[in-house]
Amino acid sequence: MFNFPLANLLSEPVGVAHYVTVGAILFICGALCMATKRNALGVLMGIELVLNGANLNFVAFGSQYLRNDGHSLGLDGQLMALFVIVLAAAEAAVALAIALNFYNNHDSIDVDRADQLRG
Amino acid sequence: MDPDTTLPVLLMAAWLVPLASFVLIVLFGKYMGPRGIGAGYLSVLAIVTSAIFSLIAMFGVWLPNHDFPAAHESEHSSSTHDGAVVSATDESHSKDSHSNNPHPDYYTGDWYSLGEFGTLKLTIGYYIDSLTVAMFCMVSVIASCVHIYALGYMHDELHEQFVDHEVTLSSGEHLHRKGRFYRFFQYLSLFCFSMFGIVIAGNVAMVFVFWELVGICSYFLIGFYIERHSASTAANKAFIVNRIGDFGMLIGMMALWSSVGTFAFGDMKNEKGEVEQGLFSLLRPEESEYQLAPPAGMIAEQKRMFAGDPNASAGDAATPAIDPKRNTQGQWLLFIAGVGIFCGCVGKSAQFPLHVWLPDAMEGPTPVSALVHSATMVAAGVYLVGRFYPCFSPEALLVIAYVGCITLFIAATIAITATDIKRVLAYSTVSQLGYMMLSLGLGGWVAGMFHLITHAFFKGLLFLCSGSVIHAVHTNDMTFMGGLRKKMPITAYTMLVGCLAIIGAGFPLSVYGLSGYYSKDAIIEQAWSFGSVNPQHAILKWAPVAGAFITAFYMFRLWYMTFAGQPSDPHRYDHAHESPRVMTGPLIVLAAFAIGIGWPIFHVNDLLEQGRPVGTLSATHGELLTNLTIPSEHDSHVPLIKIPAGIAAFCTALAGVLLASIIYLWRLLNPDELKESFKPLYGFLWNKWYFDELYNYLFVKPTLIVSHCAAWFDRNIIDSILHTSAAICKACSKVVDALFDQTVVDGTVNTLASGTWGLGLWLRKIQTGSLRQYVMFIVIGTVALFVTISIVQAYFIPTS
Repeated sequence: MFNFPLANLLSEPVGVAHYVTVGAILFICGALCMATKRNALGVLMGIELVLNGANLNFVAFGSQYLRNDGHSLGLDGQLMALFVIVLAAAEAAVALAIALNFYNNHDSIDVDRADQLRG
Repeated sequence: MDPDTTLPVLLMAAWLVPLASFVLIVLFGKYMGPRGIGAGYLSVLAIVTSAIFSLIAMFGVWLPNHDFPAAHESEHSSSTHDGAVVSATDESHSKDSHSNNPHPDYYTGDWYSLGEFGTLKLTIGYYIDSLTVAMFCMVSVIASCVHIYALGYMHDELHEQFVDHEVTLSSGEHLHRKGRFYRFFQYLSLFCFSMFGIVIAGNVAMVFVFWELVGICSYFLIGFYIERHSASTAANKAFIVNRIGDFGMLIGMMALWSSVGTFAFGDMKNEKGEVEQGLFSLLRPEESEYQLAPPAGMIAEQKRMFAGDPNASAGDAATPAIDPKRNTQGQWLLFIAGVGIFCGCVGKSAQFPLHVWLPDAMEGPTPVSALVHSATMVAAGVYLVGRFYPCFSPEALLVIAYVGCITLFIAATIAITATDIKRVLAYSTVSQLGYMMLSLGLGGWVAGMFHLITHAFFKGLLFLCSGSVIHAVHTNDMTFMGGLRKKMPITAYTMLVGCLAIIGAGFPLSVYGLSGYYSKDAIIEQAWSFGSVNPQHAILKWAPVAGAFITAFYMFRLWYMTFAGQPSDPHRYDHAHESPRVMTGPLIVLAAFAIGIGWPIFHVNDLLEQGRPVGTLSATHGELLTNLTIPSEHDSHVPLIKIPAGIAAFCTALAGVLLASIIYLWRLLNPDELKESFKPLYGFLWNKWYFDELYNYLFVKPTLIVSHCAAWFDRNIIDSILHTSAAICKACSKVVDALFDQTVVDGTVNTLASGTWGLGLWLRKIQTGSLRQYVMFIVIGTVALFVTISIVQAYFIPTS
């Protein structure tokens, strides 16, 4: 019988695979949001979703409850997550500033209209 | 002091100081004081330092370590031996039946090795004997006087604007140029360095190097007023004529080296401590009692030249029959080597037939003439004959004697008619050099070298005096002078001393006289001694006596025309004045030397006797010319020869002075009438025996014709070949351009460029500028990467 990789997720105890699945769904939602939204703020939200999806993976792989080795402190995942959060905050600040300027110039934040750099 | 170590160091210092001065002046001459006046002082300082070193070497090292041989005059007794007169001079010789002298005391060695090519060794070395030391003192003292004198004489060159009155530009003005004071002294220093180099040289190759350096220095100095046409051609003439002589010298060097295999003069120890024999030892080996004996290499070489038959050409005109007792093996090669080396000396010492350059060399400034004619350039040739003396076979010596004889007579006759004061002196130099060569050729080594040294002093004096006169009256022509002794007494009377010295004034048969008296009488005695054993060469006996007469005549003609009588050009006479002290000082010093250098109390003769080359004391007989005998020099001192020779020399000189006085002082005979009555002879002498014209027709014109032909050939044949080939090349390249360059090369480059352009245009379309599209690209790209990696992992990487 064809063994679908995610077939028995629901029957197993909560493990890394579950977290990873949720992270993947979040990532895809974010990517779709970035690809479809014409509103710049919507695109920014999509970015946040993508970053959070990735963050979830870091936390899941870094958690000492979900790992078998008891030897390390297991802080690497959390640290990476913190970095991503800080990065997201900084990126949001810059992106919002760009959006604001764009609005001042074009009376719109439609990203499809921001195509002056086309070849 | 140990002469073995101190002599080379002292003389090297004396040799190199002028070089240092030259280098400094070359680099910084312009900046030495106003218009380079410091360069003159530096140069004088250098040569005076050299003189001091030389004199220390002479009086501090050489003389204390080498006693003079006991005076040979008193012990002189002649005895017969093998039918020839052989002298028994000192005890060691009288015991020895061969009575030949061994090597003189000498010090030799190498300072620096330039390179070794097989057996050919090129080194900077030294060979020091009493002749070297004497020459060093003579050259440095005279050069010092000339340098100091030049400080005054070349004063005009110190001006920012020097006006050369002898050069007229096309605009009709005289040439104005910057003064070249420092450059004059720069060349003088190099000249002295080169001359010292010849004198100290320890091998033939080094002699040749400095020989050429002297040649180039004379070229620079004779052509010092390069803007004057006559000066630049005179410089060229001197240089080219010297090259002709040097060609012969090269042949002689090659003949010597290929058969003897060494360039060094003396025996020298090499690194292993073995004694390497020099030229002198090889040519005059101890086994043959220091007689000239061609070494084995020379005999083999000559055999090869004559194709296996050593006597094949020995039986020609010179020797009718082949005498089995005689040994001509190697003698011909020895003769060629000797005459070849002598050719170089002919060029440098202005002997017939290469004497033509020396009178033209008068175009140089007078201090240069003085230096060239006394101590340096022309002395080099005589010195080299003296240095090579052991290598000359009797036949080569006979050639030397005849060349000297012809030169002394021709030059003396030309000097009779010359009116240019410097030219008279120039021909007198040529004539005196002929005396030296004659003396050397007749076996009078000491006499020739002695005359070289005494002549250097009085000829230097005479030239400096003439320079002083020229400085005063601004002309070389004696017909514009006269009566000048009242205006410039110091010059006049020092010049009188010089004239008396050159004619050999002295009390006959006594030991009182001026320096020329001793040396000239020695030469005439030697000539008579030679004539007494070789009656077939009687001309060699009478020519020097005739020369003495002519010498006395033209020297006093010169003095009377310049200093005595009435001024012939009042304007010039009024402006004449005695030269400054910087010029008269050297005159007085040189006059003192001209009087006293030959006096027996100064032992110059004995000093030279110490340096007598190996094996030249006894009489030698020709191998090729069997009836030729070169007599021993000591035979010339026997009363039978000395008394008549001395009287003949005195009477002829006196007659010459009297004749000059009759014509030019007392005016008993009118020189113009004499000129008319001897018109053909006068014209012949006035035109210098037509030597210049002869050479012009024999050599210069044919050379010009050949070179014109060559130029025509160049211009028409070679050039047209070149032009044609250039045109062909150009056409070919046009074809290549059309066929290959424009299609293949250009095509490749153009295709590449248009491809890049097209690719750029196509890639441009991807850059839409739409943000959402970019996101899609990223997503699709990521997915594509993921899928690719999965497939590769699943199917192509084997699971372990």
